[in-house]
Amino acid sequence: MAETYHTGSARQGAILSRLRAWYSAETADPAKRVQFDRPLTPWLFLLPQLAIVAIFFYWPSVQAVTSSFYIEDPFGFGATFVGGENYADALASSQYLSTATFTAFFCAIVTALSLGIGLLLAVKADKVIRGAPAYKTLLISVYAIAPPVAGLIGMMFFDMHMGPLKDLAAFFGHDLRVGIDYWDTAVAVVTISVWKQIPYNFIFFLSGLHSVPTSVREAALIDAQSGWRRFRDVTLPLLAPTAFFLLVINITYSLFDTFPIFDVVVKDKPANNPITLVYKVYLDGFKGNDIGGSSAQSVILMIVVAALTIMQFRFLERRVHYG
Amino acid sequence: MAHLSLRGVGKTYAGSTQPAVSGIDIEIEDGEFIVLVGPSGCGKSTLLRMVAGLETITDGEVRIGGRLVNKLDPAERDIAMVFQNYALYPHMTVHDNMVYGLKNRGESKQVIEERVAEAARMLELGPYLDRKPRALSGGQRQRVAMGRAIVRQPAAFLFDEPLSNLDAKLRVSMRMEIRKLQKRLATTSLYVTHDQLEAMTLADRLVVLNGGRVEQIGAPLEIYRSPASTFVASFIGAPAMSLLDARIEGGEIVLEGHRLGRVDHAEGPVTLGLRAEDLRISDQGLPLVVEHVEELGAQRIVHGMVGGQPLAVIDTSERQLAGEVLIAVDPARLHLFDTMSGRRIEASRAPVLEGAV
Repeated sequence: MAETYHTGSARQGAILSRLRAWYSAETADPAKRVQFDRPLTPWLFLLPQLAIVAIFFYWPSVQAVTSSFYIEDPFGFGATFVGGENYADALASSQYLSTATFTAFFCAIVTALSLGIGLLLAVKADKVIRGAPAYKTLLISVYAIAPPVAGLIGMMFFDMHMGPLKDLAAFFGHDLRVGIDYWDTAVAVVTISVWKQIPYNFIFFLSGLHSVPTSVREAALIDAQSGWRRFRDVTLPLLAPTAFFLLVINITYSLFDTFPIFDVVVKDKPANNPITLVYKVYLDGFKGNDIGGSSAQSVILMIVVAALTIMQFRFLERRVHYG
Repeated sequence: MAHLSLRGVGKTYAGSTQPAVSGIDIEIEDGEFIVLVGPSGCGKSTLLRMVAGLETITDGEVRIGGRLVNKLDPAERDIAMVFQNYALYPHMTVHDNMVYGLKNRGESKQVIEERVAEAARMLELGPYLDRKPRALSGGQRQRVAMGRAIVRQPAAFLFDEPLSNLDAKLRVSMRMEIRKLQKRLATTSLYVTHDQLEAMTLADRLVVLNGGRVEQIGAPLEIYRSPASTFVASFIGAPAMSLLDARIEGGEIVLEGHRLGRVDHAEGPVTLGLRAEDLRISDQGLPLVVEHVEELGAQRIVHGMVGGQPLAVIDTSERQLAGEVLIAVDPARLHLFDTMSGRRIEASRAPVLEGAV
């Protein structure tokens, strides 16, 4: 870690001195001026990207933070400043807390299952020699399906009237009522979300496995007879950078990118169905017209995700060995 | 420490009709250092990997210490292997790299630490035990790989071109270290290399492989002195032995019209092998048209043509060489091979005719 800080500050120093040279028009060494003659030229090239980031990320974020301090008229005629009241309301509401609890549960289980199954499939597919491309293509192909379509396909399986999974559940004596029963719906959403994410994890784990040198595996083959030990002691630690990256991506996926799946499964269903915080932000804001409240919720979510990501990098990344 | 025996060992890859390795018979004595040498693709690594258990054996049997190991897992064969690119576990420290195999075999902690300390002392790895491999130089990594093999105290060491990733200077010093270490531990060793110099200097006995078959087995000097075939002749020794088309006429070896000596062999074409170090520039003998001279300091290699055929001669003088020089040939030191099969012809030779020596 110390090394990283060191090089980081060294790099900062270099950048600063370069900036200084730039402003004071020190052009003694033409080789260091790289391509640009005028200071403005690089900014001109950066402008489109900066504009996109500003318009689609920073501006809405600022808007969300501002409007979270107001209660807005549902028809947009005016807004009243209420301070932290929206936050207090959200955090005090039992409905918000139960959604938050479900979100945490959902996030944990989807991440664990999709990482676990993805890894298992990758390890097994890596061992296949004959017809390996066919296996891999089949396993990866699901990734090409857009989330709402995945949700729709999933719903067809779980459908109360024609879904085959309902028949399967009925065979075991369970009356599967997705969209009506809270936990049945939860099972459906988790299943579809995991199914959708497995190929992504599979691709990365598989390429991670390919990057473990053959000779290292062979050395392990001589050192340890048990395949499970070899996997645990040698393969898995060498997959850690991949796994860490995927963990961050999967948590983000389960929190945000499962929105379309919830939308397909839960929308227009009568009963009290499980939803994630992101879906609640959407419901309260666009269905409930409570812009202030939903803004406050999205700010909370933003903080939670930021905190989670920082924590992951601070505590987990230290244990990751990069080649 | 054990006797290693390969009987009729062969390997045919699935989907291939040609065997990659076939009919290998080698008996390796306890504590012997055997080097498998040959050009790339000769099957030497495949053979080693079959002994290690990293490749399946499709023919014959491999015994380590009398135990048939054909069907055993690599970890059960009681061997240790040193890989070309070291194959250290990048996420483990030097200490853990050495310990891992022992731990899995359920050795007691005390035994493990004793052995690691011993190996670290032998290889001078003490200061690096807590480092990760990436913080080590190539030579140090090589030592760790050796240490990992040593601590296991295996029945046999298997080396798969362990020095080819090192620079020339380090290679020479590691070569000596490996030899010394092996002598000291007296562990049966099987060593693969494509470098004939490495093979000559390390081996108790050499196994020269070509196209998946054994060309010759023997002590380095034995092979150098009487190579069994033109392949071995051109592979062992530097510069490579010059092989020339000659004839036996009237009981004498005739090269480009020059008589080199009597020989007791049937008349007809033969391949004549001449080592550069057995020839010298003289005031009479074979005429050689000098083409270029490689200056090596202590000596120089003179490349030239005899008639239409290339020949190399080692010269230790400092005289100016140009045009045509005369080469003295010691008939006792020339090698004859069958032109068709390339096998060595052992025939009694009577010395000297026309200007030779």
